[in-house]
Amino acid sequence: MISIKGLNKVFKTRDKSITAVDHITLDIPDGEIFGVIGYSGAGKSTFVRLINRLEEPTDGTINIDNQEITSLTKKELRVARQEIGMIFQHFNLLWSRTVKDNIAFPLEIAGTPKDKRDKRVQELIDLVGLSGRENAYPSQLSGGQKQRVGIARALANNPKVLLCDEATSALDPETTNSILDLLVDINERLGLTIILITHEMHVIRKICNRVAVMENGNIVEQGDVLDVFLKPQQPVTKKFVEQVMGSQEDDSELSFDNYKNGELIRLHFVGESANQALISKISKQFEVEVNILQGKITQTKRGSYGTLTVQILGDPKVLNETIQYINEETSIEVEVIHHAN
Amino acid sequence: MLTDLFPNLKMEDLIEATYETFYMTIIALVGTFIFGVLLGLLLYLTVKGGIWENKFINAIVASFVNVFRAIPFIILILLLFPFTDFIVGTIRGPNAALPALIIGAAPFYGRLVEIALKEVDKGVVEAAHSMGAKTRTIIFKVLLPESMPALISGLTVTAIALIGYTAMAGVIGAGGLGNYAHYYGFMRRDFDVVLVCTIVIVIIVFIFQFIGDFISNRLDKR
Repeated sequence: MISIKGLNKVFKTRDKSITAVDHITLDIPDGEIFGVIGYSGAGKSTFVRLINRLEEPTDGTINIDNQEITSLTKKELRVARQEIGMIFQHFNLLWSRTVKDNIAFPLEIAGTPKDKRDKRVQELIDLVGLSGRENAYPSQLSGGQKQRVGIARALANNPKVLLCDEATSALDPETTNSILDLLVDINERLGLTIILITHEMHVIRKICNRVAVMENGNIVEQGDVLDVFLKPQQPVTKKFVEQVMGSQEDDSELSFDNYKNGELIRLHFVGESANQALISKISKQFEVEVNILQGKITQTKRGSYGTLTVQILGDPKVLNETIQYINEETSIEVEVIHHAN
Repeated sequence: MLTDLFPNLKMEDLIEATYETFYMTIIALVGTFIFGVLLGLLLYLTVKGGIWENKFINAIVASFVNVFRAIPFIILILLLFPFTDFIVGTIRGPNAALPALIIGAAPFYGRLVEIALKEVDKGVVEAAHSMGAKTRTIIFKVLLPESMPALISGLTVTAIALIGYTAMAGVIGAGGLGNYAHYYGFMRRDFDVVLVCTIVIVIIVFIFQFIGDFISNRLDKR
């Protein structure tokens, strides 16, 4: 369990002080993938650096597994840091060392004997899927492979927590997905807590359990990823959701005049994975025809989320029955845009 | 044939002078490397925002470096005569040149070391911190290995400057090719000797440059 209380960071320059992180209080349970999203300058990078004290907090406390990180001496902090892995946007590998030796570096720091070190390095190379590339230098690797080395290196000392600072922001979408899959795999297999900083809602959607939205050093909104997707409260959160879902305002461009017949409805999918075959189900069960006009459905860790605008054609009585069925028998919410005349 | 072209050249003298030049250059280079890396590390680590941020020490090291780089080498040798006499016990011969060579070259190399260290990716140093590395580990396992190609090419530049310095030291009695060219060539008006000394020095410079480039390229895995 990571428990953060009143965490504050003020940078002082000669003529002004800037509050990068403004009294953040937060609890992150063990084994969770916790996402922090915000635009650049929101203070999210500073926030993650405060957790392992790469930046010294101005104020506040951080507890990781009942160890108060903020009150450790320099020496104690060095030992504690061996249990907090970290990966970076630009990987930060030593170019003078091979893949193998890069992964061995944290083990050297921890004072692991040579034979154990070699064994552990081999395990890690297998874990992140880099077998055969042990003796390559970082310059010979692709971005995704470099980040795999970074992940293996961060996991070397069996940390309890993994901090990811924009770990996928320098990667192309496909590589991003494969790195995210690896992170989920590690999270499930090793049960370690992951704190992930990003500006891409796609990353949050794909792997996080919970999310916090940061703006001007504050957490303006936090909760289950699905809840935040469904009911974004703050304008900044709405913007991030639109990154993945597209803007709801697109609907207004839809000319409903062309669909005067039948019932025009919007279906809201809110995370249950059952009833996904809704369209085929209602068209089989009722004497209606379904015409899909517009929609976007996306998958989160807890099921599908999105909206679908459809036109249903048929006898008005049957149409009402259909809508009633969707409302009562499934978890999908129905919003009627335009009634049948 | 050589005796026809260069009638006044004595082979044994030339070989001994070449040996002395090599001797002075290599020993001074080792000393320069050690002191230069120390100075460079101190400059890098004590700078504002550095690991050992310390205005006072930084100012002292920086002024030491600047002062000794400002003094022309020929004057530095004269200035260091009492010091040399105290350390080496004589002010003549190749060994007597070493203190002045090292004190003259180390500050120059120290600045090159500082530049090389500044080029090391800050992110890599931060990553090492995040793993719980001690400062000693960061110096010996991150900063020095990551800057090694630049340290070696800087050392090559310094070595070539040192060869020049040994010739200057030679003129005031340190031995080596500079000494040989001055006393046996210039003073006796035997210019063939000066010419041969020049050729040998140019060859030595080429050899150092070649070795330096070779090692630097081999180490660079970027």
